[in-house]
This record gives sequence, structure tokens and C-alpha cells, in this order.
Amino acid sequence: MKSLAELAAIREKMKDKVVLREGTGDVRVVVGMATCGIAAGARPVLNAFVEEVNKAGLAEKVTVSQTGCIGICQYEPVVEIFEADKEKVTYVKMTAEKAAEVVEKHLKGGQVITEYTITNA
Amino acid sequence: MIRSQVLICGGTGCTSSGSKVLMSTFEEEIKKNGLEEEVKIVPTGCFGLCEKGPVVIVYPEGTFYSHVAKDDVAEIVSEHLLKGRLVDRLVYKDVDESVVAEAGKTVSLNDTNFYKTQKRVALRNCGLINPEVIDEYIAMDGYAALGKVLTEMTPEDVIKCVSDSGLRGRGGGGFPTGRKWSFTAAQPKGQKYVVCNADEGDPGAFMDRSVLEGDPHCIVEAMTICGYATGASEGYIYVRAEYPIAVKRLQIAIKQAREYGLLGKNIFDSGFDFDLHIRLGAGAFVCGEETALMTSIEGNRGEPRPRPPFPAVKGLFGKPTTENNVETFANIPQIILKGAEWFASMGTERSKGTKVFALGGKIANTGLVEIPMGTTLREIIEDIGGGVPNGKKFKAAQTGGPSGGCIPASLIDTPIDYDNLTAIGCMMGSGGLIVMDEDNCMVDIAKFFLDFTVDESCGKCAPCRIGTMRMKEILEKITSGNGTLEDIDKLEELANYIKANSLCGLGQTAPNPVLATLKFFREEYIAHVVEKRCPAGVCKALLNYSIIADKCKGCTKCARNCPVGAITGSVKNPHVIDTTKCIKCGACISNCNFGAIVKG
Repeated sequence: MKSLAELAAIREKMKDKVVLREGTGDVRVVVGMATCGIAAGARPVLNAFVEEVNKAGLAEKVTVSQTGCIGICQYEPVVEIFEADKEKVTYVKMTAEKAAEVVEKHLKGGQVITEYTITNA
Repeated sequence: MIRSQVLICGGTGCTSSGSKVLMSTFEEEIKKNGLEEEVKIVPTGCFGLCEKGPVVIVYPEGTFYSHVAKDDVAEIVSEHLLKGRLVDRLVYKDVDESVVAEAGKTVSLNDTNFYKTQKRVALRNCGLINPEVIDEYIAMDGYAALGKVLTEMTPEDVIKCVSDSGLRGRGGGGFPTGRKWSFTAAQPKGQKYVVCNADEGDPGAFMDRSVLEGDPHCIVEAMTICGYATGASEGYIYVRAEYPIAVKRLQIAIKQAREYGLLGKNIFDSGFDFDLHIRLGAGAFVCGEETALMTSIEGNRGEPRPRPPFPAVKGLFGKPTTENNVETFANIPQIILKGAEWFASMGTERSKGTKVFALGGKIANTGLVEIPMGTTLREIIEDIGGGVPNGKKFKAAQTGGPSGGCIPASLIDTPIDYDNLTAIGCMMGSGGLIVMDEDNCMVDIAKFFLDFTVDESCGKCAPCRIGTMRMKEILEKITSGNGTLEDIDKLEELANYIKANSLCGLGQTAPNPVLATLKFFREEYIAHVVEKRCPAGVCKALLNYSIIADKCKGCTKCARNCPVGAITGSVKNPHVIDTTKCIKCGACISNCNFGAIVKG
């Protein structure tokens, strides 16, 4: 180790790997992962969220986690986004592609994609 | 891409309750469910709640599973990791009612009563990182303090920062750390040493072990910083051989630090060289005393020597040496990074920062806690520790092990810091905190600790070698019912003499448990001597079991369970205990369904 820059590089590289353990972020993305959700393809959605959130550099702010059956099995895969002081947004019939779009527009840009939400289903 | 991490405690407590098997079972189950790419298993150091081990935490939710058995693993994997449903029966939920989980969020570790009032500085990475991976330590700002010290600060700056923080030695003495460093730094240039005292010997204390097991790199970093500040180029960690996990992780940490060039020549291109060695102690209590410890590192029999000369002038191999305890070092990187003011903002007027305590004895949550100085004993025992179990009454807490004293229930609201404890004739010690309830006899406790110091006295000086033995004999006389009031006076006189005349800390503090119990529980000593009675019902020689004839139904159960046939009587008639045959084992009391048998 010859410089602080080298140390900082390791820190940056590793930060994503330990940030999960720093407690929940301000924004929570919760993917319904009950039998119905998994059958409808919730796992690729969950993994897409994890990947895209990290790619977008939002790992410290956004926590991606799972939950059981939300109760609207016909709309699975269901994803709910909780933000402090804001109303919960429920996205339905999600896919990995839609997930990438939600990360880009909603989580990064702050714009809810209404056409994917439950109100439009 | 990893979306979830399963942290499994690999500290000594959880390892002995089976966490190794858990780790391999988790690996199998995760593979079986095809989650290898999504879930990562991380072995960590101690989480602190050893009572509930083996402990598993699942992130990002922070769900805290306690008492996890091998057979539970499949359920956690298929339910929680795959389907996102908590395995409710295993979740540790000791929380206030005010903490209600919102939708999608689960009660996390930090909400529990055990954790919420704690302030983790020395233990900040314990249970959070994999101690065998240097990169994880670096991700938690590890080695950033060393980088800052070597590139931006002079040795004087470092010592000033440590002095201003108000950090005092956590090994028991409470000497200001910055001042200690400045003594070594003031010595002429040349070979100097840094020594880390990891010879944790108090019965019931395990905070140093947990730091070494959970965050070994932080000790490596802090010792290097100390080396730079004091002008030393070599360091020794003296650790007990009974701590195999700690030793192994230290070895790994030192190897990794060398590979990264964080130990060795020209660290951070600053021209500063530093390297570390490990020395294993055989577990003699006296080797926790700094001069004995250094003598032992040199390869000689661990015996203390008179001071002065102090180690700062003439220490290891006759060279100026700075010796600090594990927990003291564990605070250093944070102080450098966050500043002296940050550290000094925690704690009380003359005791800054936090202190780690190993909770043990009659307490619900046995484990490791770190609290700001000035927290009251009541908060530690009742809020964090969960109180005394089985509805018993709190009687006293022993701090500082065989060198310390006890804090009686009447002083439970004393804010814990160095000066308050000294004022009540106790001492902080290294941080063992043993809780006692009404069933503990204080004379017996004093005898227990004296037993320990008699065994551990190195024999070099007469007050300690002979004096502690005589004290133990007097205590044995008292607990066997043969004591006189004069014996109590003699005991006290002898205690004060040994305290004043012993060579080292071991002898100087050995009488403390006796002096403290004499101060707060003198009436118990007097009961033993005058009434020939042990109020707590512990000292066997003073106990007599008897059957209350009115309550005895003559069921014969006690007679059938008495191992020595001391109970006689016929069916449906009151039974009688023959006290000459009775061995006072208590089997009759626990077998009586009518509360007819009493001891006293």
C-alpha cells in the first residue's frame, strides 16, 4: 500500500458488498415473493432490482428486500416502493425490463411510472 | 448479484453452541435452492448476545434469529431467503411495544432492548464484518486512520489528539492513554516497542477476546498508529493461548496487512516502518500485569518487577515500551478519524467514551455490551441485561473480577465511570460484570475470588504469597462456622496490609473483594460468626435442613430421593431429617411438593 488512493479504491470496490448491513435505507423496494409471486416470475424481478440499484449507485439509499403474499395474486409479480413521507407505490405484473425502467425513472428520477402501477392494471 | 447476506456469528460463544455446523448447513441449503448467486454467507465476530446463540442475522432486513439449530436452516432458507417470509418463531423480539414493525419492514436488531441503548465504538465492527477478510475492514473505513496519521499528522499531532480525546486505559488502571504515549515518545530515538496486552485473565471477562475475534485488523491498525506516535518500529501482541480463534484471526490479519503493505517497510510511502509479532501466554493471571507480561515476552518466567523504571523508560528488552490493553487500542482508529471532540462528547467529566462490559452471572442476557461512560448500573442490568431471572432480587454486581469490588443494590443508580467506582471502593477493572442475586453469599464470593488469587499469586513477594493464603484460611474458618469477631478484624487488617505492601497490581488489588464485601455486607460476615448462620443459604457447614411437621403429608418422596438415607418416617406421618447423616445436597427440597422442607 503506497498511497491513500489505493486504499480508497479498495474501499469503493468493497463498499457495495457491505452496505447491505448498514441498516435499511430511506427507500425500500419490496418484492412479493410468495409461491404466487415466484411462479409468476418474481425472482428475476428481485434480482434485476438488486443489480440495477447497485449499477445506478443507489445502494446506500435504496434497500431491496422481499415479502410474502400481498394478496393480489392475479397481479404478481408485485413490487411495492416505500419512501418516507410519501404514499406507497404499487407496481404490478413486473418483469426484469420493467424493473430496470422503474429504477431509472422512479428511484433515480423521482418519476412514478403510472402505467405499471396497480391503478392502471 | 448478491441481494441478501446471512451473517453467522463465529465468536467463541456461538462456535461452542454450534455455529460452524450452521454455516455448512446454510451453504448446502442455499445451493439446494439455487440461491448461490443471490445470497452470501458471512462468518463474523461476536454480536454480543451470547445468551441467545447461535445467532444469525439476515440482511438487508436486519432480521435477528436466535438459538438457531441445524434443523431450522432449511426453513430459514426456503421461507425467508426464497419467499421473504420471516421464520417468526426464531426471531428475537425483545422490543418495546412502541416499536411496531411497519409493512414490509421487520423488527431489526437495533430496535431490541439489548441493542438500542448501546453505543458501539470498540465493538463497532464485531458482528458486522468478516474478520478474516481485510477488504471488508477497509470498506468500513479501516486503515483510513493509519493513512491519515502517516500522510497528514506528525507524531505530536497524534499524541495530542489521543490526549484531547480523554481516552483512559481500558485494562483496569484507567491511566490517560495520551500521556502514556507521550512518555515513550519523549525517550531518545532508538529501538522502541508497542505491546498489546491481550492476556485477559479475569474470570467472567471476554471483551478483549471478542474484539480480537471480531475485528483483529483494528488492533493491527491502532498498534501501527501508536508505533508512529511513539517512535517504535516493532510491536508484540501478547495473547492467551486459550483463545485459539482470536490467535488464528490475528495471524490472518497480520499476514493480510503485510501483503497489502500496511505492515512492513515504508507504509503509505511515508518512510515509516512497522511490524507485528504474536506471543502466546500460558494463561498465568499475573502476566496481565505489564512488567510481568514483558518479562514473559522476553522468554522468562512471568514475574513482575518494581517500578520505576516504568516501561516507557525501560520496558521490553530494556527498551522504551508503550503497553496498552486491547479495548484501549480498539478506540484509537475512531478517535483519529472522527476527532478528539467526538470521543470526548461521550461519557462523563473525567471518563470519556464508552466501555465494554461482559455481563455474566444471574442475568437474563448474558453477553457483551458497550455503553457510554456514565450509564447507571440499573440501566445495564435492567434495560440491557433484561434483569435478574426467576423473579429473584438483585443483590450486588461484582466489577473488575478478583481485583475489583462489588456494587450493592443500594448503589444501583451510580453512574459507571472510573472515579465513581473508585469513590465507592470498587474499580472499573477490565470490564467483567458479574451479577449476583439473593441466593449468593457474599462471604462465599469473597472466598471464591481469594481462592483464585492464591492460586495465581506468582510468589515473588511475601505480602501477596503468604498474606492472601492467610486471608483465605480466615475466610474458610468463617464459612465453616468456626470464626470469631476478632477474625473479621484480623481479616480487614491483613487486607489493608497486603494492599499497601504488595509488589504489583495483583497483590495490591487481591484484597479488594474482601474489603468491598466487608464494607457493604459486614452483617453477613457477622451472621456467619455470631449466629453461625449463612443468610443466603450457601455455606454448607452452616446449613441445616429440617422438615416442618405441620406441612409434611408423609408422602415419602423426600425419603426416597435422599442419596444418603438421612430421612426417616412412615407413610402419612411427618418425616424427620437426621442432621448427622445429611450432606446438605438439597435433593429433598427440590422434590418436596408441599414446601415442607426448609434450610437455614
